[in-house]
Amino acid sequence: MRYVDEFRDPVTGQQLLQQITHQVRVLGRDAQHPLKIMEVCGGHTHTLFKFGIESMLPEGIEMVHGPGCPVCVLPVGCVDDAIAIATQPNVIFTTYGDTLRVPGSQKSLLQCKAEGADIRTVYSPSDALALARQSPDRDVVFFGIGFETTAPSAALTLLQAHEEGLSNFFLFSTHITIIPTLQALLDDPLLQIDGFIGPGHVTMVIGLEPYLALCETHHKPIVISGFEPLDLLQSLVMLLEQFQTGRCTVENQYKRVVQNSGNRIAQQALEKVFLPRECFEWRGLGSIPNSGLQIRPEYAHLDAEKRFLLPSRSVPDPKACQCGEVLKGAIKPWQCKVFGTACTPETPIGACMVSSEGACAAYYNYGRLATTRTLPQER
Amino acid sequence: MCLGIPGQIIQVTDTARKLGIVEIGGVRRTINLACIVDQDHAIGTCVGAWVLVHVGFAMNRIDPQEAQRTLDLLREMGDLQKEIASIEPTDTKTSEGTGEIR
Repeated sequence: MRYVDEFRDPVTGQQLLQQITHQVRVLGRDAQHPLKIMEVCGGHTHTLFKFGIESMLPEGIEMVHGPGCPVCVLPVGCVDDAIAIATQPNVIFTTYGDTLRVPGSQKSLLQCKAEGADIRTVYSPSDALALARQSPDRDVVFFGIGFETTAPSAALTLLQAHEEGLSNFFLFSTHITIIPTLQALLDDPLLQIDGFIGPGHVTMVIGLEPYLALCETHHKPIVISGFEPLDLLQSLVMLLEQFQTGRCTVENQYKRVVQNSGNRIAQQALEKVFLPRECFEWRGLGSIPNSGLQIRPEYAHLDAEKRFLLPSRSVPDPKACQCGEVLKGAIKPWQCKVFGTACTPETPIGACMVSSEGACAAYYNYGRLATTRTLPQER
Repeated sequence: MCLGIPGQIIQVTDTARKLGIVEIGGVRRTINLACIVDQDHAIGTCVGAWVLVHVGFAMNRIDPQEAQRTLDLLREMGDLQKEIASIEPTDTKTSEGTGEIR
């Protein structure tokens, strides 16, 4: 496929890996003193594992898998709210397939569907809107989840519903934003990160400018990266060059898709429809101020939170689950007490095991445990 | 759901709602083009453009020149690396980073 295959060339990949190894050696980093680089986005985590890049990097680089998988950070309370909506009479609850198996406090949406709720998987919010047009006597709710990558699609769909005067389409927004999240991570004293591989598709929407202040205040270089193997390797080369030359800036590796100013139309749609929530609770990371997006009062008639009575309870994460530590990069997935035993992709306890872009699912599915590094202690 | 896939716009089907058919890896689907249409890029001029598709929406155009520039840069990096490898004494080379990308 064009714009995919040419960014997977194995020969160039090997050369880039050699260059990275050379740069790490020049920087004097080794297994004892690795550079800790966080790839924020779950899509990057997926590529690192699927293509075996993680296991081929020199020991002087440690990749820390960040919280940029929206399914993984969806809190238990939000799943409970979604179930409360989906079990109302006369509701068709539509969602991306990724959210179906995320455990709530009692059950998941998938279990809820098995018990008879009308829950349908859709590819796009437009599919939910089409369903609302076709079923005027039913309330069609779309479960909006994701960062600025998916939020504009939900916003544009809501605006379309508003324009058409539909009264049976509702958006349940659990959308989140990246900058407050990075801010919270950088403010965490436990987190020791040297630099970031930034999320390409979020940045395609918001542009480079929002990262500048973060980069300056915390002195952490950021390279916005594409999602193919060569994109990630080139981004690492660019990041290492910043360390070598003592620079600290926001750079854009993914120029074929990301313009420095982002996508203005998508930004306008976000501003028109959403307002930041004072606080939004994340699975594993707790409450992060201004990180959630709620629907503006002008569109209250299309807001599922206003249409339905929701429990909106804050439910603590399961005790056995260490998703929070995994999401902050404090432990590796296989160091979690329940990894691969009680918690598997078939019966996940934590959300990092649910999504294919979750760090735990990536480790589990691709089986590339970094066995040459520290193995988990036997219990 | 977060994965973006490159596709090519084949046809504009609804100018008012800004919809078009996009071919993504051999599959054709109606995609919303609202995010890539503005005063400078009229909807009539979209056909043939490559776009990045997320959950049924074309989120940005893919710039063919920038894509080529990145590929050229990658090739140059590869050439440079060959030079460096030929300069470096072999005994300092580590075994890391020589595996194959699958």
